[in-house]
Amino acid sequence: MKYLSEYRDPELVQDYLKEIHRIITRPWTLMEICGGQTHSLVKNGILEMLPDKLTMVHGPGCPVCVTSISVIDEAIWLAERPNVIFTSFGDMLRVPGSGKNLLEVKASGADIRVLYSPIEALQIAKENPDKEIVFFAVGFETTAPANALSVVQADKIGIRNYSILASHVLVPPAMEAILSDVENTIDGFLAAGHVCAIMGMDEYYPIAEKYKTPIVVTGFEPVDLLQGILMAVQQLEKGEFKVENQYARTVLKEGNRLAKETINEVFDINDRTWRGIGPIPRSGYEVNNRYKQYNARLKFKIAIAQAKENKDCISGDIMKGLKKPFQCPNFGKACVPEHPLGAPMVSSEGACAAYYHYASSDFIFKTGASRFTTKVEA
Amino acid sequence: MNMQLQCPIPKFEFDVITLGHGSGGLLTHKLLQTGVFDLLNNEWLKQQHDGASFTLNGNVAFSTDSYVISPIFFPGGNIGELAINGTVNDLAMCGALALYLSLSFIIEEGLTTNEFWEILSGIKDAARKAGVKIVTGDTKVVEKGKGDKLFVNTSGVGLIHPKSNIHHNRIEIGDKIIISGNIATHGIAIMSVRKGLEFETNILSDTAPLNHVIKKLLDSFGEHIKFLRDPTRGGVASVLNEIAELTQLGFRIDQKAIPIDEQVEGACEMLGLDPLYVANEGIFLAVVKNNLADAFLQTLNTDDIGIKAKIIGEVTNEHPGKVILKSRIGGSRVVNYLTGEQLPRIC
Repeated sequence: MKYLSEYRDPELVQDYLKEIHRIITRPWTLMEICGGQTHSLVKNGILEMLPDKLTMVHGPGCPVCVTSISVIDEAIWLAERPNVIFTSFGDMLRVPGSGKNLLEVKASGADIRVLYSPIEALQIAKENPDKEIVFFAVGFETTAPANALSVVQADKIGIRNYSILASHVLVPPAMEAILSDVENTIDGFLAAGHVCAIMGMDEYYPIAEKYKTPIVVTGFEPVDLLQGILMAVQQLEKGEFKVENQYARTVLKEGNRLAKETINEVFDINDRTWRGIGPIPRSGYEVNNRYKQYNARLKFKIAIAQAKENKDCISGDIMKGLKKPFQCPNFGKACVPEHPLGAPMVSSEGACAAYYHYASSDFIFKTGASRFTTKVEA
Repeated sequence: MNMQLQCPIPKFEFDVITLGHGSGGLLTHKLLQTGVFDLLNNEWLKQQHDGASFTLNGNVAFSTDSYVISPIFFPGGNIGELAINGTVNDLAMCGALALYLSLSFIIEEGLTTNEFWEILSGIKDAARKAGVKIVTGDTKVVEKGKGDKLFVNTSGVGLIHPKSNIHHNRIEIGDKIIISGNIATHGIAIMSVRKGLEFETNILSDTAPLNHVIKKLLDSFGEHIKFLRDPTRGGVASVLNEIAELTQLGFRIDQKAIPIDEQVEGACEMLGLDPLYVANEGIFLAVVKNNLADAFLQTLNTDDIGIKAKIIGEVTNEHPGKVILKSRIGGSRVVNYLTGEQLPRIC
C-alpha cells in the first residue's frame, strides 16, 4: 500500500536495527509517548529485536487511559438524563467509572451512540431537535481541533441542542510531570507524531533544554519508530539533547495553523486530573466563556462527588513508565479486557491491552525477557 | 447499490409485509404461494406439508445457522444468499456435501415485497449454484421494532464424503496451514455500507458456496486434509486460536504470506481494524499434511474460489496452544482471541 509499505520495508527495518545495535554502548531508557506507538512496537514484534541495552517504556499517550474516573462518572450522569442522546468514541464505553461503565448504562436503556467524528453528532442534533445531544470530547491535542470545530459549526448554523463534555489533555505538561518525578528513569522521548502534526514542535524545545533530554518527534510505522529510536540513541551516545523531527512527512515545526486557531477559538487551558497520575496544572482544555452554552458541565449543572480510583490498578506507575504491565499482580488475572480494573486494559491504545493482546507473558519471557524488565524495581 | 433481479417481480397484491402475513391465514398463504413456492418450486415444497421426507444413504452431517446481518442488502449479496451459502459451507467444513436445507424467515413488519422478492431471488440463485434443495421452511412476522427488517435461519443435511476424515485431533507438527483466498473482504464490504460509517469503495462481499471445491479437494486428498473451517465471525485469528487451544500445538503464521486485497487492507488501516479478526464468507482455512500441501495448493489455485490461495504457515511444537505471527518486518507476536466485538453483527 502506497505510503505504508515503504515504512514497513523489512530491509530498511534491518538496516536501522543493525545501526542501533552498532552504536549503542550504554543502557538507555526511552519512552514512546503515544499509545499508537506502543501498539506498533508490540504488534510488529519490534521490542524483541532491540538491543538488550535499550529499554522502551510506554508513556501516557492514551486519552482513554488518562481520563479521570470523575469525568467518566460525569459522562454516565449525563447519559442517564432521559432527554439526552450521549455520543462518544467507542473506546470510552468500556472504561469503568466509580460504579459502572457507559456500556452498562446503554444496556439499561440510555441512548448512547458510538461515533467516528463529532461532526456526526451535529447531524444527530439536527435530526432530534427535541433532544439534547452531548459529545464526549476526549483526546490529546490531536482530536481537539475536530471537537472544537463541531462547537464552532453548531454556533454558526444555530444548533442549540448540542454540547460537549470536554476532557482534553495536553502532552507537554505530562512530559514535564514525568521528568520532574523523583523516580524518573527516562533518558529520552519519542514524541507523539500526530500530536505534533497539530501543535508543531515549539513547546518541546524548552523541555529538552530544561531536563537535558533528547526528544524525537516520531511516526507510527516500524521504519518510523526505528529511525526515531536511532536518532534518540545517537543523541544520547553523543550527550546531546535536541528536539528532532523524524516524522517530517507529516509534522511541520510550526504545526497546523488552522487547527491551532480552531482550538484557541473554543478552548481555554485549564488544570486537569489525570487518571492514575493525579492533578497536573494547565494540562487540559475546557470550553471557554465565549462558547459556554456548548459546555455540557455548565448546561446541565453537573454536580457529582469526586470519585476515588481503584487502588488495585497501578495505571499511574504504568503510564509514568515506572512499571510494566506484567509487573502488576492483577494483569491478565483480575484485570482483563472483558472486565478491566483500569483504563490501560480497555483502550485499544492502552499499554496493558497491547501486552495482553499481542504478547502473552510466557512467550515474552521465553523470547525476550530482558526487553520487558524495567530499571526501577517494583 | 446496484440491484440486479434475476426474476421478474411478481404481482403481489400488497407492497408491504404486515403482521397479517404471519397469521397463518389467507395473507400468509398468498405470500408463500406467490413468493416462496412459485420461486423455489420443487417436489417437496409443492406438497405444502409440515416437513420433508427423503432418504439418505451414508454418513450424514447436520448444521444450522441464523443470519441477522445488517444491512440486509450489501455490496456483493444479500442476507438470503448468505443464509444458503453459510449452511452449505458449514456442512462442507465437516467434509459433507449439502443436499437439503430448511429455510425460516422472521420478518419485521414493514419489509417491502420488493425487498422480500429480491432476497428470495438471491436464495434461489444461491441454492442453484450450490446444488441444494430447500425442502421445508417457516415464515413469521413480528411487530415493527421487534426485529431488524429480516432474520433468516437455515439448517441443512449433507452426506459426508467417503474419503473425508476431518478432526482437529489429527493435526500434527509440520502440517501446513492454507487459506483459500483474500481475507477480510466480506467484513469490510459490510462496514462500507453500515450507517454512520459509509465510505466509498468497490469492495464486494465474497459470499460463495465452497462445497464444489471442497469435493474436488476431498476427491484428490481425502484424509490428508486434517481440518477445514470457514473463518466467518472472529476471522482467521479466532479459528487458529480455537484449534491451537484444542490441539495444544503451536500455530505459526507468516504475515507476508496472508493474502489480502489492497483496498481491503487500506480500509482496515483507516478503520483501525486488524484484518485477522475481520469476518470472511467465501474462504476457508485448511490444515493439510506437510508433503501434500503444495499439490493441494496447486489444485486449489485452479478453482475460481482458490485463485488467491496461499500456504500461510505451519503447525509447530513451539508455543503450544498459541498462535504466533511472524510480522512483515521479521518480529514475532502472539495473535490472541478477539476481546469483545470488533464489528457488530457481521454475518
